Amino acid sequence: MATAAAPIAREPFDRTLLLVAPAGLFMLLLFVYPFLYGLWLSFTPKEGGALANYTHFFTTDNLWPTIWTTLRLALPATLINVGLALPIAFKMRIRTPYQRWVTTILVVPITLGTVLIAEGMLIYFGPKGWLVHFLQFFHVYDGTIRLTHNYTGVLISLVVSGFPFAFLLILSYITGIDPGLARAAATLGADPKAQFRHIYLPLLAPGLAMCFCLAFVQAFSVFPSAVLLGSPAGPTRVISIAAYEAAFEVYDYSLASAIAMIMGFVQLVIVVAVLGLRNLFYRGPMVGGKG
Amino acid sequence: MKSNFNELKLDAVTRRFAGAGGAAFNALSELTLTIRRGEFIALLGPSGCGKSTALNCIAGLLQLSDGTIMLDDTRIDTLPPEQRGFGMVFQNYALFPHMSVERNVGFGLRMRGVVADEMATRVAKALKMVQLTGQEHKLPGQLSGGQQQRVAIARAIVIEPPLILMDEPLSNLDAKLRIETRAEIRRIHTELGRATVYVTHDQDEALSLADRIVVMKDGAAQQIATPQEVYAQPANLHVARFMGYRNVLELDVESEEGDRVALSGPGIRLTGIRKLPLAGRRAHVAIRPEEAALADGADATNAIAGKVAHVEYCGRDSLVDVLTAAGTLLHVRSARPPRVGDTVNVHVPVERALVYPAA
Repeated sequence: MATAAAPIAREPFDRTLLLVAPAGLFMLLLFVYPFLYGLWLSFTPKEGGALANYTHFFTTDNLWPTIWTTLRLALPATLINVGLALPIAFKMRIRTPYQRWVTTILVVPITLGTVLIAEGMLIYFGPKGWLVHFLQFFHVYDGTIRLTHNYTGVLISLVVSGFPFAFLLILSYITGIDPGLARAAATLGADPKAQFRHIYLPLLAPGLAMCFCLAFVQAFSVFPSAVLLGSPAGPTRVISIAAYEAAFEVYDYSLASAIAMIMGFVQLVIVVAVLGLRNLFYRGPMVGGKG
Repeated sequence: MKSNFNELKLDAVTRRFAGAGGAAFNALSELTLTIRRGEFIALLGPSGCGKSTALNCIAGLLQLSDGTIMLDDTRIDTLPPEQRGFGMVFQNYALFPHMSVERNVGFGLRMRGVVADEMATRVAKALKMVQLTGQEHKLPGQLSGGQQQRVAIARAIVIEPPLILMDEPLSNLDAKLRIETRAEIRRIHTELGRATVYVTHDQDEALSLADRIVVMKDGAAQQIATPQEVYAQPANLHVARFMGYRNVLELDVESEEGDRVALSGPGIRLTGIRKLPLAGRRAHVAIRPEEAALADGADATNAIAGKVAHVEYCGRDSLVDVLTAAGTLLHVRSARPPRVGDTVNVHVPVERALVYPAA
């Protein structure tokens, strides 16, 4: 309140706050400074005015479409990951003997690197891979099957590596919801579907938005699998590949910085939009009354 | 879902749980009980006695291991909770934290497809009944514990269920609020004319609210009777102990004459009333502290002599601990407290010394 009198007691300075200093310094040196340096670099192109890199990006035919190429991969992958993780995590919320096994199996891919996953997928999904052999041997599908070196390959890899992440996040949100609320809803006439719709979904919505943001940022910065499993010259030429080429093939660090800034800006726009939607939902504790 | 019923019959309702080491134990064994229209039943017992299990079985939140539940002629124990249509008030209220008071109370009606106009009227009526008019738009987190409790009650009664189940609804409230809300619950019950099953571990609550009390221990019903009967004539020693018969002495049986039993022990001769057939030479006698009295030495009949060991002042009276010659401690309530060390006689009316067989 503006009219409040002098504070009754002055909080003494909490010296334990100084413990944050090393982390703060770390952030400053390794994140804030490089970011600001990159920003400055992006406005100092090799030739032309301050905005020359940005004009170049948005007028060059093999640069600006990378935004759409990346979004076309990242958005479906994120939706699939969150959409798949939600029902599975919902089923896994109750502690059962097999819950731990299922959870372990689902989470294993998180421990594998993207390169390892890509390697495995090339062997398994490739034109001479087990899956294709199996399908053709049993005449399930006899046409040509191409699951690697194209859009599908990158999408599958993004789902494999991104799903465990989404699953673990959503599982922790779901287990934080008091199961007594669903029981109460049941006694009031809500069948399991209605319990999910009216109790779990609204309480989960902020968590789902958060999960969507994190999964999206992860998918948007896809690089190794787009190169290894996609066709980096064509349909999976994502924005990070464009930045990489500018930096290490053309040696135009300034243009590369500008592309990185554009990439960050697109991520920011999506994240802010989703977090804005999140504010429409209830975001308090997820238990009903005294525990 | 019916709007009312004549009889809800529980027949040998049993619920087993997997215990430690895979051994199953009966959380509730063979509860047989008939609840009549408009009746107030209290399930009373210490924690772990199976009373909440019984309530959850009636609500449908737990499946039965054995037995049946019949609502008049309909078997309901196979139905999920949402098809039974009983209202339930949970111990921790279980209010939906993301919904306003109005939407919480209206939830059951929304699930039943009640139209908006009627819903508004009925929610307003229910909120008026629990005296929460004016709080419609608050979230549960903005209410006090007592108000949240009343929202939970309103939410359960607004659907006009034939049966209202309450699981220790007052245990989170302070003493004063508890007594007020208790009266409120009884008033609402009478006003609605619906049956209520009320779980509690507090004998005062059970005695003041219920038409009939089911006293439970270790998953089994010990006595099903009116509050007066449970209070004055406990069916067995467990019930007696739970209902405040704090003095339990094990004595020798001297003689039996009708219901009257003469008992003796070291330095004690006592006559009491037999409550259960006796087997063997030993028996327990149970005496309530407030039904014994300190008598003057000369005209003491049916009394036990001892020395005052401790006096606890309780306001209206005092709780006196008397140590008998044999070393047993007796508890007696007395308006005129003696001094510690006095020799006194603890007088017990014959009909208030209840005799049960020794286990």
